[in-house]
Amino acid sequence: MDTLALEATQPKKAQNGAVAAAPGPPTPAKRKPAKKTKKAVVFFEVEILDAKTKDKLCFLDKVGKILPSFSLHGKSLKDEDVLQHLPVGTTATFYFRDLGAQISWVTVFLTEYAGPLLIYLMFYFRVPFIYAPKYDFTTSKHWVVHLACMCHSFHYVKRLLETLFVHRFSHGTMPLRNIFKNCTYYWGFAAWMAYYINHPLYTPPTYGEQQIRLALTVFLFCQIGNFSIHIALRNLRPPGSKTRKIPYPTKNPFTWIFLLVSCPNYTYELGSWLGFTLMTQCLPVAFFTLVGFIQMTVWAKGKHRSYLKEFRDYPTLRSPILPFIL
Amino acid sequence: MSAPAMGTSKTAHSDSSNKKKKGPGTLATAYLVIYNVVMTAGWLVIAVGLVRAYLARGSYHGLYYSIEKPLKFFQTGALLEILHCAVGIVPSSVVLTGFQVMSRVFLTWAVTHSVREVQSEDSVLLFVVAWTVTEIIRYSFYTFSLLNHLPYLIKWARYTFFIVLYPMGVAGELLTIYAALPYVQKTGLYSITLPNKYNFSFDYHTFLILVMVSYIPLFPQLYFHMMRQRKKVLGHVEEYSKVE
Repeated sequence: MDTLALEATQPKKAQNGAVAAAPGPPTPAKRKPAKKTKKAVVFFEVEILDAKTKDKLCFLDKVGKILPSFSLHGKSLKDEDVLQHLPVGTTATFYFRDLGAQISWVTVFLTEYAGPLLIYLMFYFRVPFIYAPKYDFTTSKHWVVHLACMCHSFHYVKRLLETLFVHRFSHGTMPLRNIFKNCTYYWGFAAWMAYYINHPLYTPPTYGEQQIRLALTVFLFCQIGNFSIHIALRNLRPPGSKTRKIPYPTKNPFTWIFLLVSCPNYTYELGSWLGFTLMTQCLPVAFFTLVGFIQMTVWAKGKHRSYLKEFRDYPTLRSPILPFIL
Repeated sequence: MSAPAMGTSKTAHSDSSNKKKKGPGTLATAYLVIYNVVMTAGWLVIAVGLVRAYLARGSYHGLYYSIEKPLKFFQTGALLEILHCAVGIVPSSVVLTGFQVMSRVFLTWAVTHSVREVQSEDSVLLFVVAWTVTEIIRYSFYTFSLLNHLPYLIKWARYTFFIVLYPMGVAGELLTIYAALPYVQKTGLYSITLPNKYNFSFDYHTFLILVMVSYIPLFPQLYFHMMRQRKKVLGHVEEYSKVE
């Protein structure tokens, strides 16, 4: 009888490693079984220990097919894995780790995107206590400032709607402290940018209408592109599933960039912010674009690496975020 | 800040004869020994310079000028330590080391050098003395550690002197920044105002105030980290001697 000690990550709802080995949703395993299912019924003995203290939390002496989240050889396994299909004998030891307070991805996204939308508008309408009192509730005399407000607001409304209706998240939750970190980033930068763009002493772009028109074109092109990619990625995944497939170009020309890039959503996002920087000719916007670019590059490289690891036939022409460069 | 480098946690590891970590190669070790010896010597020069100037003048006032050049040279030279972490020959965090070295360089150049009027302040002497003693101990500690021949006295000094030197240095730094504030505001030093082509502004005066405020959360964390390190490194040795 094999006994393997396995690291486990705790299912989201339970606290302090006290997990009832309640059988998961009665749906069958989502992974294809390695061998044909045997006719004989196999029962497991399961011992659940706390990962840190190794205290025995509970012992289950007759477990059928269950769907816990635990790990094999130190790597955590997924919610969909089935005990029966893992290389264990009829006795298994689970270690559970408390992931700490969690918050749903949707909640985090909605909060971190609603902030910039509202904050920017406060600066745009020159709400009191931001600028000198004589400017309260006045509007800028430069038309590019109105255009910038429309673009910025459109961008975040688009993000909010995508969060609600488009994205299919792999994970339900993330650590609670992330919401404070993320909101500081988004809200902080939004306030910093908005302050200068809507300032009474704002200076419009050097090359005037030409520059603004080019910038707007780039911005809109990349907004549509980014949206197209989000739709294409959504369509890779059936509703309620967490499958992962290689994304490919579709009939939509904006997705043809998949030929050259693994994460074109980030490529288009960079393009949008470059457009916005050009449109406003504002250094804080350039900083925000740079920082975002660095973060997205880190994410893109990670994603690209997981694609290469997971799929043997992954297209070799693709770069993580910038065609041929990065 | 006058905090000794956060490399202590890693050097503490190499203190206990736990050879789990692979050290730097022979060439890197030779380079690091030379680097640390040079830095020890440099800060000794500053120490001697301070003492000689004090004896010559008979007062604490204006001693900064007697060691201004070596101070700038050797404190700025510490930037190499960031490179050492980045390249991997020193097992410390690049971010942490970077933060500490940059804060020293900031005090040296962006405050003391840039605002001439504070150079004759006594607070400058306060942090210069704190830095000098700290660095002489720290760099000799690294030198001896690299040569695997660390006298207990140096280890003890490294993990004990900070108790007084760290608050002393912080006090000197804060008082110096505070003294610089009125001059910065008056002259608009390093500040950019609106309107301008790139729609950006920066108020150095406000920035300095924010730097001072940042000491409030940061200083206790660094100080208590050193305290914990002290218990781990010095307390550990006491246990061993009890066992025997």
